Amino acid sequence: MSLNAYLILSTVLFMIGMIGVIRRKNLLMLFFSTEIMLNAVNVGFAAVSKFHGDLTGQMFAFFIVAIAASEVAIGLGLLILWYKRNGTIDLDSLQSMKG
Amino acid sequence: MFEIVAFYLFSMLTIVMFSITVFTNNSLYALSSLAAGMIFISAFFFLLDADFLGAVQIVVYTGAVMALYAFGMMFFDALSTVKEKVNNPRLVFLLTGVCSLIIVLIFVAPIVGANIEAQYPMGLAAELHGTVDGNSQDVGIVLFTKYLVPFEIAAVMLLVAMIGGIILAGKKMDVSYSELSEEEIDALENEAAKKDEK
Repeated sequence: MSLNAYLILSTVLFMIGMIGVIRRKNLLMLFFSTEIMLNAVNVGFAAVSKFHGDLTGQMFAFFIVAIAASEVAIGLGLLILWYKRNGTIDLDSLQSMKG
Repeated sequence: MFEIVAFYLFSMLTIVMFSITVFTNNSLYALSSLAAGMIFISAFFFLLDADFLGAVQIVVYTGAVMALYAFGMMFFDALSTVKEKVNNPRLVFLLTGVCSLIIVLIFVAPIVGANIEAQYPMGLAAELHGTVDGNSQDVGIVLFTKYLVPFEIAAVMLLVAMIGGIILAGKKMDVSYSELSEEEIDALENEAAKKDEK
């Protein structure tokens, strides 16, 4: 397989994630979509790493995995707090000022 | 031949799984299809000779992140269908247009890195020590020399995230806020504030 095939796959997965981010109104689903986008970028990094013969791409993929893990921990904590307060995790409920 | 078949099989599977995640209205289906998609993604890492990254993908994403989501979903009503109302279709249209413009720019932009030379080539361990243990050893050598400081910072960041997660989610675990009214919650918080003052 060529580098282009992997990059096209990465783009398609990223687009799926982005459709989710644009379309979703539920905050948990929004989190899932961001996970998809992070994974798509990881595939791209690993492919570039292989076809350039350089390990730096894999290193960046590792740090992205670490960032994703901490993002989930903090985000889910905030989400649980918000759900306890308001009883909903709809994106529109975050809007407290009616402009 | 094997690589081509595996690539197309797994790309179909990941795309289908992630599409289910994005388009379903049941959060339980979304969670399980996302977990399946994560596992299928790791197949690409194994195809790309990034064995260690593939293992990390399975352990961290499907092991840790998905388990965290599964536990987090115990707090939300997971079985009811997610109802979403999009009351401003024009905004969605505008955002989609902006996003596609950015994507076009990304593709049209000239490829700056066309003649990059590999700074940390694969097979580093074989060169340095004469062993052929493959990817994990190479990753270890690069991670603990050039990327040592970012590695330590990532470790501190994960620790901070862990403490933050515990503090945020573990607040008043014995009292269910969702069953109380607004006034009762205020009363509880006033009590806590008084206790702190004492």
